[in-house]
Amino acid sequence: MTDKIVIEDVYKIFGRKPELAREMIERGHDKDRIFTETGLTVGVQQASFTIQDGEIFVVMGLSGSGKSTLVRMLNRLIEPTWGSIKVLGQDITRMSRNKLIELRRTKMSMVFQSFALMPHQTVLQNAAFGLEVSGQDRGERERRALRALEQVGLSANANSYPSELSGGMKQRVGLARALTVDPEIMLMDEAFSALDPLIRTQMQDELLELQRQERRTIVFISHDLDEAMRIGDRIAIMEQGKVVQIGTPDEIVTNPADDYVRSFFHGVDVTKVFTGTDLACRDAASLIRDDRADPQAVRERIRKDGFSAGVVIDGDDRFQGMVTLASLDGADELRAAFIDNVEPARGEESLNDLLHRVAHLDVPAPVVDTDGRYLGSVSQRALLQTLDRTR
Amino acid sequence: MTQDKNPQLLDIDVGAPVENAVEWIQTNMSGLLDGIAAVIKFFVDNLEGLLLWIDPYVAGVLLIVLGLWRVGIGFGIFCAVSVALFWEMQLWPETMSTIALVLGASAVAIVLGVPVGIAMSRSDLIERLVRPILDLMQTMPPFVYLIPAAIFFGLGKVPGTIATVVFAMPPAVRLTNLGIRQVSEENIEAGLAFGCTPRQLLTKVQMPLAMPTIMQGVNQTIMLSLSMVVIASMIGAGGLGNVVLTGIQRLNVGLGFEGGLGVVLVAILLDRITQTFGDPNKTGSGGGLPGRLRRAFGRGSNPEREQTTN
Ligand SMILES: Nc1ncnc2c1ncn2[C@@H]1O[C@H](COP(=O)(O)OP(=O)(O)OP(=O)(O)O)[C@@H](O)[C@H]1O
Ligand SMILES: [Mg+2]
Repeated sequence: MTDKIVIEDVYKIFGRKPELAREMIERGHDKDRIFTETGLTVGVQQASFTIQDGEIFVVMGLSGSGKSTLVRMLNRLIEPTWGSIKVLGQDITRMSRNKLIELRRTKMSMVFQSFALMPHQTVLQNAAFGLEVSGQDRGERERRALRALEQVGLSANANSYPSELSGGMKQRVGLARALTVDPEIMLMDEAFSALDPLIRTQMQDELLELQRQERRTIVFISHDLDEAMRIGDRIAIMEQGKVVQIGTPDEIVTNPADDYVRSFFHGVDVTKVFTGTDLACRDAASLIRDDRADPQAVRERIRKDGFSAGVVIDGDDRFQGMVTLASLDGADELRAAFIDNVEPARGEESLNDLLHRVAHLDVPAPVVDTDGRYLGSVSQRALLQTLDRTR
Repeated sequence: MTQDKNPQLLDIDVGAPVENAVEWIQTNMSGLLDGIAAVIKFFVDNLEGLLLWIDPYVAGVLLIVLGLWRVGIGFGIFCAVSVALFWEMQLWPETMSTIALVLGASAVAIVLGVPVGIAMSRSDLIERLVRPILDLMQTMPPFVYLIPAAIFFGLGKVPGTIATVVFAMPPAVRLTNLGIRQVSEENIEAGLAFGCTPRQLLTKVQMPLAMPTIMQGVNQTIMLSLSMVVIASMIGAGGLGNVVLTGIQRLNVGLGFEGGLGVVLVAILLDRITQTFGDPNKTGSGGGLPGRLRRAFGRGSNPEREQTTN
């Protein structure tokens, strides 16, 4: 199953007689108008989307746009007013109390903005909280809690109390508490917002590292664009309770749905957002799949394709080398015509790193994935166009 | 000239229904009253018996050690001085009797009050109903409780304890309610998000986090009990209050002062010692030893509220 969470037409209206708000929403009135006329607050409206297995799904939006409300409906800390929410295939809006508690104990956990640790418990006891609640015996739960603390680098502080820790360390405990129950889904509401910038980046890296070790589905609320860009596989932008756009970071940057979304990205440093993978284009050079091909025939093909360079790959798509019209001239073997100093870029390199490479090459810069497979090339022109488009 | 005209528009007697109710209870519920009396008598008598049974030297040393352990070296010295004063004033049995009454009445007040506080915290309706009753209990002059207590239970320790319980209970109720309601929303959400049942939420999240506040209420209840126990000596509750009362009746300033000083010392001892259970940070002021001892006895060192950093 690839859809971990499926949300269909979900609404949350705070206050009595939510039907009044629904009517007004259907007549196209906005949240402020609905509030002044009925006293009802629209938390979330018309939300429909899916969250896939193993992705970090970031929800962004201004204060009051409904992010916290949305994420709290996923474990029913807030009851949705209408709509269905399927978590791991089960509609949680129809779930009995006991089933719901079981789901919260075993399948999903949560990390909070101001940590929400229990001050009377040690770090270890805090980390073991989820298992304590589900009645796990002490030895087992402390063993698992300690392992989670090791994952976040806090096993040395297991016997400290939260008040003895710095903010960053507290949130590591919060993270460990969420990891101890080994959940499939983690909900993180502005989990790093209370930390200072340096620690915040550190925690983001750690979260990504944890994801590399063991992929979980993470719903991450943030109001920090850089954070969303760094860790998000996909981003949902919320405005006045509505999800106005969902997409990968670069999809949203390059193609914002409206001015509200665009305003978010105003001044965002795109050289940090885009990676080699995003920019690599297979139409920047001819592709030669046979490294024993006749150099002159290859030269002819490149010329016919309208390029000035070609990329040679092997049967497994692995990058071998680059040739140009000039280097092929008079060559009698393809390999002998490979031009020097073309070290392919890695897909995860940022546009910032690529900039230098592209600027100093006469040919499009080739990009490969972690296994050395050719992804495409970045021409000077394509790079400049990207910069221009997202200005 | 004072005006002592008092207009009465309707012929309503406010006191009469209360009188009737008291009478009715007395004639129709004597079984219940006797039951309550028996339980309280058993409880208070045994507690007093225990405190008086302990050798005064042993009890004195225990008190000093308690002061050293819970508060610190300075307070330990204060405890030693107090013990010496009780002995020199020849008031040791009266002091023990007062402490027994205070602890007994406070225990009853807490056992009854904390659950009421919990119920109040869980329902706004219950809070709205209970709050005016608490206001009434606290603003009614304490002497007034002595009358029905004496009617129902005669004279002695039992009515004294009961009047004390009624007078001293409100802070335990109020601060339990307040403490639980003050627990931060995020901590509650954390409890729920990890799958707490409502009962687990109460025992694993709300009560522990409310504990510093609840202990403040307990401390106040104990202090109120002490002040009431002195008043209750008027219906024969005995103890230090009796010494004060005798001093008044005989216009014996010295005796009155001794009794009064005894009450003050008991108040300080109980206050400081019980406070440390609510706010263990206070133990820190006494130097490293208490903290280390506390840890050795396995008690948490941090009831300090989580500060939200945002
Ligand atoms: N319990 C509640 N009762 C009434 N209105 C509420 C309640 N909780 C949230 N709201 C309202 O719902 C809307 C969305 O709130 P929400 O907390 O989800 O916003 P948010 O995007 O998380 O904002 P922030 O960035 O400030 O955390 C707001 O207008 C808020 O006032
Ligand atoms: Mg929020």
